Amino acid sequence: MRILCPNCGDRDIREFYYRGSAQDLHRPNLEDRLSDWHAFLHLRDNTAGEIRDLWYHEKGCNSWLVVTRNTMTHEIIKTELVKNTDERRA
Amino acid sequence: MRFSALRIFKEGLTGNMNWEPHWRNPSPKSRYDVIVVGGGGHGLSTAYYLAKNHGIRNVAVLEKGHLGSGNIGRNTTIVRANYLLPGNSEFYSHSLKLWEGLESDLNYNVMMSQRGLIMLCHSDGQRDAFVRRANAMRSRGDDAQMLSVQDLRKLLPYLNYNSARFPIYGGLLQKRAGTARHDAVAWGYARAADQRGVDLIQNCEVTGFNINSGRITGVETTRGRIEANKVAIVVAGRSSQVAQLAGIRLPIESHILQAFVTEGLKPIINNVVSFGMGHFYISQSDKGGLVFGGDLDGYASYAQRGNLPLLEHVFEAGMALMPMIGKAKVLRSWGGIMDMSPDGSPIIDKTSVDGLFINCGWCYGGFKAVPASGYAYAHLIATDNHFHTAKNYRFERFQTGYHLMDEEGTGSQHNLH
Repeated sequence: MRILCPNCGDRDIREFYYRGSAQDLHRPNLEDRLSDWHAFLHLRDNTAGEIRDLWYHEKGCNSWLVVTRNTMTHEIIKTELVKNTDERRA
Repeated sequence: MRFSALRIFKEGLTGNMNWEPHWRNPSPKSRYDVIVVGGGGHGLSTAYYLAKNHGIRNVAVLEKGHLGSGNIGRNTTIVRANYLLPGNSEFYSHSLKLWEGLESDLNYNVMMSQRGLIMLCHSDGQRDAFVRRANAMRSRGDDAQMLSVQDLRKLLPYLNYNSARFPIYGGLLQKRAGTARHDAVAWGYARAADQRGVDLIQNCEVTGFNINSGRITGVETTRGRIEANKVAIVVAGRSSQVAQLAGIRLPIESHILQAFVTEGLKPIINNVVSFGMGHFYISQSDKGGLVFGGDLDGYASYAQRGNLPLLEHVFEAGMALMPMIGKAKVLRSWGGIMDMSPDGSPIIDKTSVDGLFINCGWCYGGFKAVPASGYAYAHLIATDNHFHTAKNYRFERFQTGYHLMDEEGTGSQHNLH
């Protein structure tokens, strides 16, 4: 698996740290219910197919990326800087 | 049909013409007392213990493909009870005891081989932690023995004892641990369940759950509607998808775990050896292949194959620990789909739907748990009460933070296990 970093180009996945689902960008507010925090921290759609998840280019440009990829095939479909994503704008 | 030495002798003399199929191949009935969704190791053992321990024989096991075609069909076959934390330790202790009596219980040769498992330690701190773990294991009633470097040199002469990065300080031996023949475990449970009246229905995929006012009434399948008041999901590798059919979102992220087998070699590795610091463990199969693996690849995946970085990491760790392994040729590798839970421990619980149960989240440790998982799950399904060895395997621990079982001490978060 190789990831096309928007800053650095085509790179080996060894350079990246994996965080998990991009739902992590939707952090609840402190005053939100416990169940919202539980859902944020633990519950996952865990899709078999196209997902969006967070990768950190640790050995490159130190950017956080949202990678759209297929968990059935390992195909990388799209890579975006977090600041340019729908999740961030929401 | 019972298996026995006499029977093998008799069949051998008469051309092996009278062996019968291990189980029937029934069509689904319209109604069962309990439906078990998933015909893997855990599902088959659940059906067996429902029939054996609770007298519930009107049971169907629905399997999308063929029996034992998931992780029970491909794994590194290690059986052990060397867990530390209360909540986990008594469960695996129970499982190992069931393993020890499994062959006579099932009348099936699962090739249980208690060849001993050795965990290596590489610093004073890690040795202290192992002594603590060994004491916990012994106080629970299981066997554990600390080994010195001198002991290890006799037992495992092929290790590299002069490694600068990971010098070997000793080991923790559990003699009762070992390996079992993974397919035979599925087949043995399937046959024993079938003999007690359980219908094993293959090529039957569950496509939906029928829920009426918050109560389960049955399932929709590719072979029609089947009714039941109790439905038990146990579908590692597809837990999130099947639970979603009932509107349930799980604390599970599916990851990939690779394992490797070499060509057949003469006997050289007589035990299971675990090199935790290097993320490497190895045993030798009865056919002679070295069976070894390491850690997760580290990203969500259902692809059933891994990538090269982890493969290289595992091979490097193997070379560092036992340089002789470099002479062996790897025959094949594979990747299994692991239900990873946030704290690394499983879930055997009721759900928000009455009569619908779920058993999932076995991470990379499901094989050794097969007997005790089925035992505890059957108890929950039959009695509505949690079995005492599995009473902490509950959903609520993630929300409350109480009774989390984080064996690795890394935190209860998805990307940490």
